[in-house]
Amino acid sequence: MDRFLAFWSFQDPNAFWVLMGSSVLGFSAGMLGCFPFLQKRALVGDVLAHAALPGVTTVFLLFHTKSLLALIIGAMISCFIGYMLINYLVQNTKIKEDSAFAMVLSLFFALGIFQLTIIQKTPLASQAGLDTFLFGQAGALVGDDVLLVLGIASIIVVCVVFFFRAFKYIIFDPTFCSSIGMPIQRYERLLAILVVAAVVTGMQLVGVVLMAAALIIPPAAARYWTDNLRAMIIIAGCIGAFSGISGACISYMAPKMPTGPWMVVSAAFIFIISVCCAPNRGVIARLQRHLRYQRRIHEENVLRSIYLATGEGAFIPEDLVEAGEVLQHRSISVRTFDRVCERLVKKGLALRKAGGIALSETGFLYAEKLTRLHRLWELYLINQTVIRADHVHADAEEIEHVLTDELEAEILAELDQTTKDPHGKTIPGGT
Amino acid sequence: MISVIQAVSDDVWVILIAVLVGISCSLVGVFLVLRKMAMLGDAISHSVLFGIVVGFLITGSRSPLVMAIAAGLIGVFTAYCTSALHRFGRLQEDASIGVTFTSLFALAVILISTLSGAVDLDQDCVLYGEIAFAPFDRLYLHGLDVGPRSFWFLLVVVLLVLLFITAGFRRLQLISFDPVLAASLGIATAVWHYGLMTTVSLVTVAAFDAVGAILVVALLVVPANTAYIFSRSLCTMLLYSCAFSILAAVSGFYLAAFFDASISAAMGLMSGFIFMTVFLIERISTRWFSAEDELGTSFATKNT
Repeated sequence: MDRFLAFWSFQDPNAFWVLMGSSVLGFSAGMLGCFPFLQKRALVGDVLAHAALPGVTTVFLLFHTKSLLALIIGAMISCFIGYMLINYLVQNTKIKEDSAFAMVLSLFFALGIFQLTIIQKTPLASQAGLDTFLFGQAGALVGDDVLLVLGIASIIVVCVVFFFRAFKYIIFDPTFCSSIGMPIQRYERLLAILVVAAVVTGMQLVGVVLMAAALIIPPAAARYWTDNLRAMIIIAGCIGAFSGISGACISYMAPKMPTGPWMVVSAAFIFIISVCCAPNRGVIARLQRHLRYQRRIHEENVLRSIYLATGEGAFIPEDLVEAGEVLQHRSISVRTFDRVCERLVKKGLALRKAGGIALSETGFLYAEKLTRLHRLWELYLINQTVIRADHVHADAEEIEHVLTDELEAEILAELDQTTKDPHGKTIPGGT
Repeated sequence: MISVIQAVSDDVWVILIAVLVGISCSLVGVFLVLRKMAMLGDAISHSVLFGIVVGFLITGSRSPLVMAIAAGLIGVFTAYCTSALHRFGRLQEDASIGVTFTSLFALAVILISTLSGAVDLDQDCVLYGEIAFAPFDRLYLHGLDVGPRSFWFLLVVVLLVLLFITAGFRRLQLISFDPVLAASLGIATAVWHYGLMTTVSLVTVAAFDAVGAILVVALLVVPANTAYIFSRSLCTMLLYSCAFSILAAVSGFYLAAFFDASISAAMGLMSGFIFMTVFLIERISTRWFSAEDELGTSFATKNT
């Protein structure tokens, strides 16, 4: 707890730099990650992070320098070559996109490791520490590094804001973009350069694999909360920033703990919460919706069965039928029947007396409407398609729950007679 | 027999191990490539680390059997998680792969750092294993030296892979090329899918010590894609993929020896080089043949 307070009072300048670096990195990567995510190329960050390695090692082999800027430029160049290679393979060979990803990732990485092991055996004393590019060292961030991260992150954010429209168009409708003469290729390349820049700067903080996570997990989590791109970008940025903050905080409180992995784990935690609890798209919300729909179908089915058991016709108050009679029209267990009836009674659609069950007036009208839709649909199928009369029932059984008034009107307009269904039964409720 | 084994030099053992890694990876890789699941191979090769760490935490040993079981389980777990996220969570497939394996990898790194020192595992050995040390870890039967442990482990894995492919050849073929038809014919696609994923993780863990997690991906995907460029049937693709990986293993060994660099990286590099060669040959030959074809048809139309 003491260390928690010490962290937030910013007494330790090093901890402050780590906090700044990782939160800003998380924010910009989360924001930017939305675009490849929506292009269904979420793993591009992973590929590019691996593809950066040969750039770093080549620069070192050629110039024997460890200046951060030179290494970053080298990494960016090799990332960009990797990106173009993916596009080339996908467009010009029969190799599929996922294979192209995996090939570029592993081959570039192999080249990098090959050079790295050569470097490690050279007598150059300055070679130590090149592998921070592989595993990242957020804990060792100092002022200059953070300034670099801040600089690149702000360029990314500015570009995302400035080119928001263009990026949005090329993601959602590239064909339209090219037809109105937008330079898609140029924007796509810009997007690629931004991703490369984010990956290369983030790599030295959190490492290769975890940089991929910073680009994937926040957008994936944000997607659950909204359908709006602008909102999604902001939410993803915030999730990324939060994961950076909590990663820095945890690694400060327990110094043995690495920052990068904790960033990923806290982002994954938010992701799990989003998957479960998000309204509308979340698993729980969808499950609820599904159950509610299923319940309604059960209720409507039972309602209609009671209607059929009472012999249709006009509404008679308290026209009791026994459970057995109803169950002849629908094969459900007595227990389900009882449960559904309880709900019907609660909703005022039916009443339960000693002798059985009866429909209330609203319930009767509801059931009549369902029966009408059912039979109209059967009639429609017979008239408009080549389905035989004994095959239309199952289809109507499903459609009766979802036909709207507008659809009913359209069906009526297409039929000549709407009084008898194909089985000779009256279609009720025609007013 | 024993004297023969003992007479084999370390270099030959390394080549043998590399060839076995290549064969097992390239055979499984063919199905990954055909089913458009190459990146799932990448994901499994990363999350295997989590399996190894957890296996170590539970049993306290790093024996191949424990590692194989833990990795097999975690491979299936990864595959299951991605498809569950995709199906129940309605997350697009590539993102669900990315989320799953990066999270598992991060958890594994955290676990390793809490264990630090207690276990001979670190990120380095995950990302690039060292095949050159493999011959020093010997297997003893009744006190007799019968060769490197990883050689026998890999041999078993290769046999298992061969068994899996020959036993399920028809089904795997159908599932790879027409999953819908396969399902409608009553083939349990899910069982074969998870069976394939178990095999992938088994292969990965067997190759793990030798070549590391990322280069496994190279051997899984690159030879298979090289064969994919020109193959017309599953059988030829499997055979060529196998041949390319053996070629990459052997030539990689000598490349590494020449530059005194990592053997596993050199193997990956050579597989890339083979891909490039085959790709260029295919390009040139199709251009050549299609040009001739055009001439031939125009000549034929003139004559008729």
